[in-house]
Amino acid sequence: MTDIPASGPAALRPALDVTSDAAKLRIRARYRSERRFRALGIVALSLTTLFLAFLLVDVIRKGLPVFTAHSLVLDVTVPQDAIDPSGRRDAAAIRGADLYPVTRDAMKAAVPGVQGRSAERTLTRLLSVGATADLVERLVAEPQLIGTPLRTRLLLSDDADMFFKAKHEVTSAPGRGVATPDGVSGTVTVTLSEPGFAARLAAVKAAHAASAQVLRLEAERSARQGAVERAKDAATKADALAAKAAAKDAAETLDDTLPSLLVALGGGLVKIETLEASRATGVVLLPFAEAKAYADWRIVAFERPASERKITDQEIAYLEHLRATGKVEAHFNTRFFTSGDSREPELAGIRGALVGTAWTMLVTLLLCVPIGVLAAIHLEEFAPKNRITDLIEVNINNLAAVPSIVFGLLGLAIFLNFFDLPRSAPLVGGLVLALLVLPTIIIASRAAIKSVPPSIKEAALGVGASQQQAVFHHVLPAAVPGIMTGTIIGMAHALGETAPLLLIGMVAFIVDVPQAITDASTVLPVQIYLWSDLPEPAFQQKTAGAIILMLVFLFVMNAAAIVIRRRFERRW
Amino acid sequence: MSDAVITQEPARSAAVQSRAKVVARDVNVHYGDKHALQQVAIDVPEKAVTAFIGPSGCGKSTFLRCINRMNDTIPICRVTGHIEVDGRDIYDPEIDVVQLRARVGMVFQKPNPFPKSIYENVAYGPRLHGLASTKAELDAVVEDALRRASLWNEVNDRLDQPGTGLSGGQQQRLCIARAIAVNPEIILMDEPCSALDPIATARIEELIDELIENFTIIIVTHSMQQAARVSQRTAFFHMGRLVEEGPTEQIFSNPKDRRTQDYITGRFG
Amino acid sequence: MTLLYFLIMALLTAGAFVAARRRAVAVAGGHQAALHSRPNHHGYLAAFAVLLPMLAIFSFGMPFVERAAKSAAFATMPAEITADVLKRAVATRDIENFATGKFAGEAPRAVKEAAAALTSTRENGRATVFGLGLLTAAAGFLLVRGRITLAFRARNRFEAVVRIILIACAAIAVLTTIGIVFSVLFETFRFFFDPSLKGRPTVSEFLFGTEWNPQAAMRADQGDIRTAFGFLPLLTGTLLITLIAMLVAGPLGLFSAIYLAEYAGPRVRGAAKPVLEILAGIPTVVLGFFAALTVAPLVRAAGERMGLDVASESALAAGLVMGMMIIPFISSLADDVINAVPQSLRDGAYALGSTKSETIRRVVLPAALPGIVSAFMLAVSRAVGETMIVVMAAGLAAKLSFNPLDAVTTITVQIKTILVGDQEFDSAKTLAAFALGFVLFFVTLVLNVIALQIVRRYREQYD
Repeated sequence: MTDIPASGPAALRPALDVTSDAAKLRIRARYRSERRFRALGIVALSLTTLFLAFLLVDVIRKGLPVFTAHSLVLDVTVPQDAIDPSGRRDAAAIRGADLYPVTRDAMKAAVPGVQGRSAERTLTRLLSVGATADLVERLVAEPQLIGTPLRTRLLLSDDADMFFKAKHEVTSAPGRGVATPDGVSGTVTVTLSEPGFAARLAAVKAAHAASAQVLRLEAERSARQGAVERAKDAATKADALAAKAAAKDAAETLDDTLPSLLVALGGGLVKIETLEASRATGVVLLPFAEAKAYADWRIVAFERPASERKITDQEIAYLEHLRATGKVEAHFNTRFFTSGDSREPELAGIRGALVGTAWTMLVTLLLCVPIGVLAAIHLEEFAPKNRITDLIEVNINNLAAVPSIVFGLLGLAIFLNFFDLPRSAPLVGGLVLALLVLPTIIIASRAAIKSVPPSIKEAALGVGASQQQAVFHHVLPAAVPGIMTGTIIGMAHALGETAPLLLIGMVAFIVDVPQAITDASTVLPVQIYLWSDLPEPAFQQKTAGAIILMLVFLFVMNAAAIVIRRRFERRW
Repeated sequence: MSDAVITQEPARSAAVQSRAKVVARDVNVHYGDKHALQQVAIDVPEKAVTAFIGPSGCGKSTFLRCINRMNDTIPICRVTGHIEVDGRDIYDPEIDVVQLRARVGMVFQKPNPFPKSIYENVAYGPRLHGLASTKAELDAVVEDALRRASLWNEVNDRLDQPGTGLSGGQQQRLCIARAIAVNPEIILMDEPCSALDPIATARIEELIDELIENFTIIIVTHSMQQAARVSQRTAFFHMGRLVEEGPTEQIFSNPKDRRTQDYITGRFG
Repeated sequence: MTLLYFLIMALLTAGAFVAARRRAVAVAGGHQAALHSRPNHHGYLAAFAVLLPMLAIFSFGMPFVERAAKSAAFATMPAEITADVLKRAVATRDIENFATGKFAGEAPRAVKEAAAALTSTRENGRATVFGLGLLTAAAGFLLVRGRITLAFRARNRFEAVVRIILIACAAIAVLTTIGIVFSVLFETFRFFFDPSLKGRPTVSEFLFGTEWNPQAAMRADQGDIRTAFGFLPLLTGTLLITLIAMLVAGPLGLFSAIYLAEYAGPRVRGAAKPVLEILAGIPTVVLGFFAALTVAPLVRAAGERMGLDVASESALAAGLVMGMMIIPFISSLADDVINAVPQSLRDGAYALGSTKSETIRRVVLPAALPGIVSAFMLAVSRAVGETMIVVMAAGLAAKLSFNPLDAVTTITVQIKTILVGDQEFDSAKTLAAFALGFVLFFVTLVLNVIALQIVRRYREQYD
């Protein structure tokens, strides 16, 4: 060490300092930034995982209810008269019969106090328009059942079904004191022996106070933004509500923005319109026997305000009664899998889309696998290494990255417009998807062929096989697992592809299940798109249900690809 | 002859004595810009073992692969000159390369059985060339080939098992059985023992001794001892040229060329 | 009819194979090895000689027959119907329904006549295709059969045919590109330069116009709405959503990749890889549903809580979900390029006393930069071309805005909106969709070509 002269450039170099406080601080700062950097990676991965979990949970939560459906189970007798008074019992007569009176009478027998046409309509509208379809088919199969009472399932409408699927919509609590109604029908007043409604009244007032608060804030914001009219309007409303809330004992009129309150007594139900601490006035929704004092009564609330639901208080009253009397049954929704699309959510199924998908995938598979594999063989084994081959290669790589909707334009311009192939048909859908996944399959097949060692081919050539025989007898079979893996992944991609199919018209509303590759049809992802666009909540549920089904398909396909890769792919 | 198939007529080439099976003149091979083989000329006698020796990259394997035109599969490879088998130019465009390879079998450096059963490995060639029309005939051909490759006793109870499951030496004998199953006239062996242990090597060498009764064998080898043990004639290649060719004893005991001498005495290699 | 044709084709093919094979065996007369080619090769050759011409005649003949049938049907109709696109579409459906017996009610006489013309042309045409198919099949078979001799090189001929088929298959990929370019380019050219087209814009009106309102072309009679084909609002909308997506996916994807490539142990990798793969495999229609029904309301609610005015189809919601879609894409590409950086570079940095993160930031990332840039470019091209998420979650009305809380529309949304439903190939509106498709194809192509070129160079550098 001492040999080194102290002069010269070395003297200007600072000594490596790792012991001073400043150096320690510096090291510590460096390690802090190390930890920060590492944390960023963890955060990124966690966020991605969270998003995926959120997506899957959201879809599953929304979609699972679709696999159950609610029906009424009633004893229905279909008299011969209803089908054909002259005694015909053939399938056409049975299918053509108007069973409305039969179901109406069955429902009236199940729900008390339904009088008059409009009440009847309200009641029967709880059923799906296709409620009797199963019954009709049963009668067609066994005409001897006509005239005998049959325990039968009548499918409920989507609104009724959705009502039963939504949890905690109806709450009920025992009432204090004795309740005495002053009538049995129409508008009645229920008087209590003590202020049993006080808590409810307070809740309504509190709700008013809260709304007033919100309106005030809105008024302020509008004023800041210079919307004077809106601000004034909101302020007025807020004042009115605040006044109502302040008047502690004043009667309240319940409107449809508040939860519906009802009084249940003697088997009947009264919907409250005006509420006081110990008195309420309202209409009778379900009848009770007599106007006397009831010690055993309950306060019932339909928690969701009427303005936020598609189903009226009267309908809920009927449905609750039917449920309480054990007439409602939840069962597996087989119809979802057995019927085609429909305008009625409760009748719509995905059979048509599934069959359309099957046809489309069949066309895609039959086209893209042979073409893709043969093209890969050509490029990997036979093509001379020149500019043209290079060009084809670049072209395939780029084609794999072309937006899928552009393939839709191609299908529209070439297959539909130029070749005049039928619109909306699985034939064209399959053609377009085949072109779309062709690059994927070519690339995967080439990789699989490339991984087969050349010695295998040489061995075949050595015993006098031609180049083609060597490839087709030995290289190709050895590459099959890799090709299959690539094909499955490509097909999974095609299965979820939507955009190009929209352009070639596979968005039509199609009720029939397609029978051939030239029939108009739709496919699973397009069906999802179509349903997601419809306003009915029941269709939103169907959408999520169809998504679950599609994800299951994709999962199975990818799992199959992984299994094939693990089990059959040979390491050379 | 409009359709030129190599026929079994006796050799008509006037260039050498009648027992020459393969005759090569002025053979040049280019890989792209590289001149891999220059002006090679040799006569390979029938029903004998000819060994090609020489340092790595000297062109001996390249020349071997010219004899059954395996070089055709390499796009950048260009072969000029004249090679005759039984007096027919094998680079004649009329020649069907596939039939040529059926007559000139090949065994490769590393055992390369097909990923199929032992039976299928041997049966592939005969099936390809229509050598058996019934299953029984095919069975007989397979058995005969395996016997001649002295493998039958070891595998006759597991013919349906994959050929890749055999030991290295067995695999190489399977490849020899596969080659002789199509009954070729010539068998080219490209360092057939380089991937094998000494015991397996000894068995292959024994086998080569037995095979010359029926086949003309050309073997490329890295090992001079092996060349001395198995071959009747030896050719020494160096830097893409055939330096010297003659009876094995003469090459090893009394080489004419200085380079040959240096090589066999271990000066380079 | 189609089924029958294919059935006959299959039978004839199989028959030709068997017959030619028998013939070859007979010619060999017990010395099979004397045949140049195996009997099977003779069989294959004969089968191909039957199958290929029959297939070709069918696939070219049938669309031709359909066209001929349709024009025969229209020939009987008055010009005022065939000239009007909508009327023609209705007439086509009526005629088709009548011809197939699905017409409900009493058809007008014109429809009946047209249907008769359609049916007769179609039947005659199909019979011709049928006959031609059989004829060529017979000719093909006889041609092969007549040449079966000992020396006939059936295998070589057969392999030559196979070779052509292989080349044809490889050519399909190129034909697809040509088809795309041809279809978008041709219609785009008409959109700008076809003099018979009403309401077509000039190129500069299209490129620099700030108003996009193609629907107006359909309601010309409603007066005050002016048709406009200004592309700028679509461009800004697309860019806005792409930008949001990249702001989400860029950091998340890149940091995921860095963590997976440099820090994660086998267990974390084993758990994180499937997550990314599942996310990558989720169809975009599902993401669109999620964006429209879950994320958009959440964004809106959050915005309103903060006192902001949020459109229900905000660019933010669509962009967020699109970003999520792209994360696995960026992460897997970046993972690859980071892994391709040679270990020796890292070792050099460690040997100087760098911490891991300093090595990554100062050495690995700069070395991998070209690859990462190309990954981002591919991701942008993906985002620009993505359709379903924006169709379901972004707006329809074109608005020149850079506010992420506004509803904007994109190129793909407009293509889909214009082309779904009834369309006519000679309206400026429909052709506008093709012009948009051209822009989309061109932009993504340029991005892809450059990105793939960079990746290629990058790989060469470290291989």
